[in-house]
Amino acid sequence: MAILLTSENKVLVQGITGRDGSFHTKLMLDYGTKILAGVTPGKGGQKVHGVPVYNTVKEAVKEHGVDTSIIFVPARFAADAIMEAADSGIKLIVVITEGIPVKDVIEAKEFAESKGARIIGPNCPGIITPGQSKVGILPAHIFKPGKIGVVSRSGTLTYEIVSHLTNNGFGQSTAIGIGGDPVIGTKFVDVLRMFKEDPDTEGVVLIGEIGGTDEQDAAEYISKEFNKPVVAFIAGRTAPKEKRMGHAGAIIMGSEGTYDEKRKKFEEVGVRVADLPEDIPKILKEILK
Amino acid sequence: MKLLEYASKEIFDSFGIPTQKGFIASSVDEVERVIDKLEYPVVIKAQVPVGGRGKAGGVKLANTREEALEKAKEILSLNIKGIPVKKVLIAKAEEIEKEYYVGITLDRRYSKPVFITSKEGGVDIEEIARTKPEALIKRYISEPLRPFESRELAFQVFDDPTLALQASDIFMKLSKVYFTFDCQLAEINPLALTPSKELKALDAKIIVDDNALYRQGEVENLRSKEYENPEEEEAKEFGLSFVKLNGNIGCMVNGAGLAMATMDVIKFWGGEPANFLDVGGSSNPEKVKKGMEIILRDRNVKSIFINIFGGITRCDDIAKGLIEAFGSMNINVPVIVRLTGTNEDIAREMLERSGLPIKTAKTMSEGARLAVSPTQEHFHP
Repeated sequence: MAILLTSENKVLVQGITGRDGSFHTKLMLDYGTKILAGVTPGKGGQKVHGVPVYNTVKEAVKEHGVDTSIIFVPARFAADAIMEAADSGIKLIVVITEGIPVKDVIEAKEFAESKGARIIGPNCPGIITPGQSKVGILPAHIFKPGKIGVVSRSGTLTYEIVSHLTNNGFGQSTAIGIGGDPVIGTKFVDVLRMFKEDPDTEGVVLIGEIGGTDEQDAAEYISKEFNKPVVAFIAGRTAPKEKRMGHAGAIIMGSEGTYDEKRKKFEEVGVRVADLPEDIPKILKEILK
Repeated sequence: MKLLEYASKEIFDSFGIPTQKGFIASSVDEVERVIDKLEYPVVIKAQVPVGGRGKAGGVKLANTREEALEKAKEILSLNIKGIPVKKVLIAKAEEIEKEYYVGITLDRRYSKPVFITSKEGGVDIEEIARTKPEALIKRYISEPLRPFESRELAFQVFDDPTLALQASDIFMKLSKVYFTFDCQLAEINPLALTPSKELKALDAKIIVDDNALYRQGEVENLRSKEYENPEEEEAKEFGLSFVKLNGNIGCMVNGAGLAMATMDVIKFWGGEPANFLDVGGSSNPEKVKKGMEIILRDRNVKSIFINIFGGITRCDDIAKGLIEAFGSMNINVPVIVRLTGTNEDIAREMLERSGLPIKTAKTMSEGARLAVSPTQEHFHP
């Protein structure tokens, strides 16, 4: 069953004519993703790898009934692209673009939520349900269908860890990069809720980073409601402490989002935290009996 | 981007927030030039992009011209948290009856800016937040405060109605600054009450969202170039994210998460990273060349570990940049490369055909260990 993405999703690529948009459209098509349309304002009527390009998302929705969008639009136009997708009835919007101002992300997120759309990212590698569909830039060959759900704030670190999983016989149900920006559309807890309901997911690998409180919130949720084994990895154990200024951050978070704090929180609720990426499959073997 | 106190005050002042003004000086000579324009006592404050300057001796009072010169000299020769003081702000010292706190920042948990104010401002505000959270008044905001919203907040903090109305005006203006300048933080601590019953921003902090700098031209003129690491800035121009560290293993990685994990793994195997370097997504060969150039400027570097897991980054771009780097500069430390992901086969073939002395590793851990060994004492190549 997987979560969010199956071979049924009808996919639109926003920013399909750009270098990255076009390159990854090809890779997604090769993987079998059902890409039915692309949008680049002003370039309607063209084709990219056989995919018809439209000027507006509404045209693409009307012609092809697309329900999922992936966004490669440059940062200063990306929030607008998200809102256009949401306003056109797209329900799942995966934002690859990095460097979008936080103010714009907040606006787009609130707009999308008001339209009942879910954003993944921004600044994320996307989603893959191995063997079915890929809406993202993740290198497909390292994934394999299986029973482990993967959720991560990072891009390339996800690939690193997934390749260890696959090489050790742990395929994946769905893998999602939720993005590393301060404001993101979908957080760890949201994804864990979906993995909880997914019969294809037997265990979860959660890949976090220093900063913020999403890992702590995930630990809290796991202790209360989550019923499947989880292994965590947290990047940034040795990162130098950010030179900080101002008190408001610490006042709000009540925390500095350090490695030690996150690790402690996970361990308190019984989630094992791996020291090295290659330790994750070993831990999975122990806890998944 | 962090703005220093004086630069933040310039912005606050231009929005009509009453601030303690003064003169800025970068040398003792400059201090002498402004010193006769001041009323005594004066306060001399180090302008550094880190907190905790008061405790480090970076804020001093002076009652006379001589004393002011002497203290300014002292502060200008200080190192605060490893950062040499390059500028001081000299201002008329204000008498303070009471200190309040007011700040706006992003609450990541709720993905919304939050306005915070408190009767108990000053340096201990974080301690108060921990021990007496009820002393903080908060309101989530999506746009600048409306007058009534601002009044509601101010009347919770100030009993005296005249002061509450003064504060309400400051709150509104601060929220305007926050949204106008794409701030991550806009803070006044303390907002001080003077004996003449005036509220004044004695300190000011602004952090602007780096992603929004393209549309914040005005802020560009207020940045404090003297505190920027020239190499970090040079790297930024090429789309690289570089942070200098104290170890001897140069690192080049794509993606911040993997870059951090690479540093963690190097440390795990007993090594010390010389830097953090994220070449970002969709990297071109030029970036790799520049990255190598910056890493190699550090004489401490004894080996270089290039760890790439291609997604949007193409391994062949990395290989091309690396081959060009070897062609154009003298590289005499071991270079260990781990390339996996998009176009990895093409990249591997390119590196093999080049015949360059590059060691390849299959995994991050293997690469890290190969990079650590030349830095160990017992190593004999």
